[in-house]
Amino acid sequence: MAKLENPEVSPRLAKNLRRNILERCIEFGLLCSGIFAIFITLAIIYVLVSEAIPFFQHVSLYDFLTDTVWTPNYSIKHYGIMALVSGTLTTTFIALLVAVPLGTITAIYLSEFATHKVRETIKPVLELLVGVPTVVFGYFALMLVTPLLQKIYPDLTTFNMLGPGIVMGIMIVPYIASVAEDAMRAVPMAMREGAYAMGATRFQTAIKVITPAAISGIIAAYILAISRAVGETMIVAIAAGQQPNFTFNPVESAATITAYIVSVALGDLEHGGIGYQSIFAAGLTLLLMTLMFNIIGHAVRKKFAERY
Amino acid sequence: MVDKKRKHPKEIIKAESNALNFSYADGTQALKNINLPVYENKITALIGPSGCGKSTFLRCFNRMHDLYPGNKYDGEIILHPDNTNILDKRVDPIEVRMRISMVFQKPNPFPKSIYENVAYGLRVRGEKNKRVLDDKVEEALKGASLWDEVKKRLHDLAFNLSGGQQQRLCIARALATDPEIMLFDEPTSALDPIATMNIEELMAGLKEKLSILIVTHNMQQAARISDYTAYMYLGELVEHDKTNKVFTNPRKKETEDYITGKFG
Amino acid sequence: MVNDKKAEIENNLTRIRSLITKHKRHDHIFAGVGMFIIISLTITLLVLFLDLVFDGYPRFNLDFLTNFPSRRATAAGILSAWVGSALVLIVTFFAAVPLGIAAGVYLEEYAKKNWFSDLIEINVTNLAGVPSIIYGLLALGLFVYGFGLGQTILTAGLTLALLMLPIVIVATREAIRAIPIHIREAAYAVGATKWQVSLHHVIQYSYGGILTGVIIGMARAIGETAPVITIGALTFIAFLPPSPVGLEPPFINFEWLEAGFTVLPIQMFNWISRPQMAFHVNAAATGAIIILLTLLMNGLAIKIRYNIRKKIKW
Repeated sequence: MAKLENPEVSPRLAKNLRRNILERCIEFGLLCSGIFAIFITLAIIYVLVSEAIPFFQHVSLYDFLTDTVWTPNYSIKHYGIMALVSGTLTTTFIALLVAVPLGTITAIYLSEFATHKVRETIKPVLELLVGVPTVVFGYFALMLVTPLLQKIYPDLTTFNMLGPGIVMGIMIVPYIASVAEDAMRAVPMAMREGAYAMGATRFQTAIKVITPAAISGIIAAYILAISRAVGETMIVAIAAGQQPNFTFNPVESAATITAYIVSVALGDLEHGGIGYQSIFAAGLTLLLMTLMFNIIGHAVRKKFAERY
Repeated sequence: MVDKKRKHPKEIIKAESNALNFSYADGTQALKNINLPVYENKITALIGPSGCGKSTFLRCFNRMHDLYPGNKYDGEIILHPDNTNILDKRVDPIEVRMRISMVFQKPNPFPKSIYENVAYGLRVRGEKNKRVLDDKVEEALKGASLWDEVKKRLHDLAFNLSGGQQQRLCIARALATDPEIMLFDEPTSALDPIATMNIEELMAGLKEKLSILIVTHNMQQAARISDYTAYMYLGELVEHDKTNKVFTNPRKKETEDYITGKFG
Repeated sequence: MVNDKKAEIENNLTRIRSLITKHKRHDHIFAGVGMFIIISLTITLLVLFLDLVFDGYPRFNLDFLTNFPSRRATAAGILSAWVGSALVLIVTFFAAVPLGIAAGVYLEEYAKKNWFSDLIEINVTNLAGVPSIIYGLLALGLFVYGFGLGQTILTAGLTLALLMLPIVIVATREAIRAIPIHIREAAYAVGATKWQVSLHHVIQYSYGGILTGVIIGMARAIGETAPVITIGALTFIAFLPPSPVGLEPPFINFEWLEAGFTVLPIQMFNWISRPQMAFHVNAAATGAIIILLTLLMNGLAIKIRYNIRKKIKW
């Protein structure tokens, strides 16, 4: 800096110096935008925890985790998160039941069976499916899938977990297919040639050689699928009902954690009230559940990665 | 055409290519009118500068080119004694591959245990009997002189083996199914000298049971191990004869230039 | 002796052939199942779209676009919703795009490989996996009450920007990574500074890839519902925010940022939640518009990416 004020410095060097300072400033600015990502993470944790703390001063953690009734808006208040967790787990489970086999088969088909042309045509369709807003899928579940299911099973109520679970599964198929397919395409061609040179068929190569070789990436796809299903909001809020109900029965109606947050947000929120705080406690639970599934998933993935 | 292909009357022909042409999907013609016999219980080496088509030729023998759309064969490769043209569209490539196995340039074990790698070819053939599998795996690993090194850890992951061991594992894998011909595509180019020596010794023993076709970029290797040598250049077969003849008294000037290192 | 061997080989061949026929059957079955699933998925997408179009057909007229929501389903329209969506997206765009590109350029061109850049990277990856409703809660606690921005267009735009940020960052990084090092070297060789290389070359050549990411992110922001509901967007709005452009100087004003609002997916959700079937028609019509917009935007993004892949051969 001192040099800049020094009149002895030639104008050319001064220009260099100015340019260097400018470069530094720009680098700092870019760094800040990178740091912003860390800031968001910290802010999420801070907001959820700081709003949940007063909630847990009202409600003991024991009641929160063991009570099976969730009625923060009734006169007799219960705060048993399990009534919401059950809904989240049930819809997630149904969704995975649909998405994991369909997504995996699609991935294997695209990676090992389809010709180049078919693959190049199908992948954009899958991407379009990924882009469909979830509120539209919710409409689909309520107005089309549930009535269809009612034809097979007439006792099904208008709001149930089965329909939205299935639709959620359909929504997730392209995610699994795309991530798992990438993992399979990344398996070196030498591996395929090795299998084909042994006289293996496409199916044998795909199942016995490529799938084990890509297992780490395939599990990553499943982890992503679980995160999507656990955090999915609009499909369940529209089609599963918003009444908390401690049940794992897919034909009953129930609220998920996300659906509860939406239903409270739609009403009049009194800032700082227990209802307001409860959605942050629910959100924190949701985040921890997502985190837990991710950790389990990565542990499984690591275990497989060691075996193969 | 047949007289061009100097047949050696004392040998039994296991396979022969007749007027074989091959083009890749982009239209480049990689093989031009190749006529070459592969003799039974002999090692035939393919030599030539890189890009001469020797690997391409080798990969015709188990229809590896079928994996990539657009590749075109023309001509025939006849497999004896049943006189099957293995390039015929009506012949299933899988059938060809079950009879003719291949060892690749870089070791490519599957992400499975040592045992499962060797047993894979048998499983593909529908073998489920544990006793048979155990016996065959042991036999193949012994045939590939790997048994003593791995018998205590058959269920370890194959990736944990050294490069030379991996390549011998791939040989055992190819051997386990009793192929009629084994193809080697520069099998030692990724290995150190000691591992290379092991594999060369192995091949000398293997030819008692089957016929071998090997691509090598290493002329000394061809001279050491092969009975017959074929020199290829720019997709054409320049010379084919007994190895000692090719290396001591080649008929063609180009062959001599390549062998003496004036070129290539 | 020779005949023996021939017989043995032929025997073996018969066995192999029957085996191959059996194994090939698995191939055909699997290929059939795979094709069936993919066709079903495509049909699902089609049914989804056509169902909305048919259900919403009675509302496809200009009035639907120029009317405010109403108690009478037939008279209700989506004017406030589409204006709200458009204004929110403007905020989202201007917040997320510069920040996302800057972060992407930093990570690819500037960051040294150390624990700190690893930390940023892990954060970006994880943020992409956080459920969108969590962003809603973050915005509710931080923007609405923490910063006192209230339940405004500004808040909603910033919230969606947070969601869009990881998408833009990832797209930017991928596009930048595709540029070979010798392009940079050529620029440095004529005396460009790091920033000049980034601005004149790296960002410009990765423009298409970044644009793809931005469009996909915007398409997602249009359809995103849960976080906007969570910050307390209104569901019934019968007025428009102040116009961003005026006829008198200074022509542009920013009062609209502080206005209450609703967006298309919330309007749709609101109508689905009504028991009367007539409102479901409105919901379907709104859904058809949303899905059309997102399909068009995603299609455009796919097209751009396809063109880049075809055109550029480094």
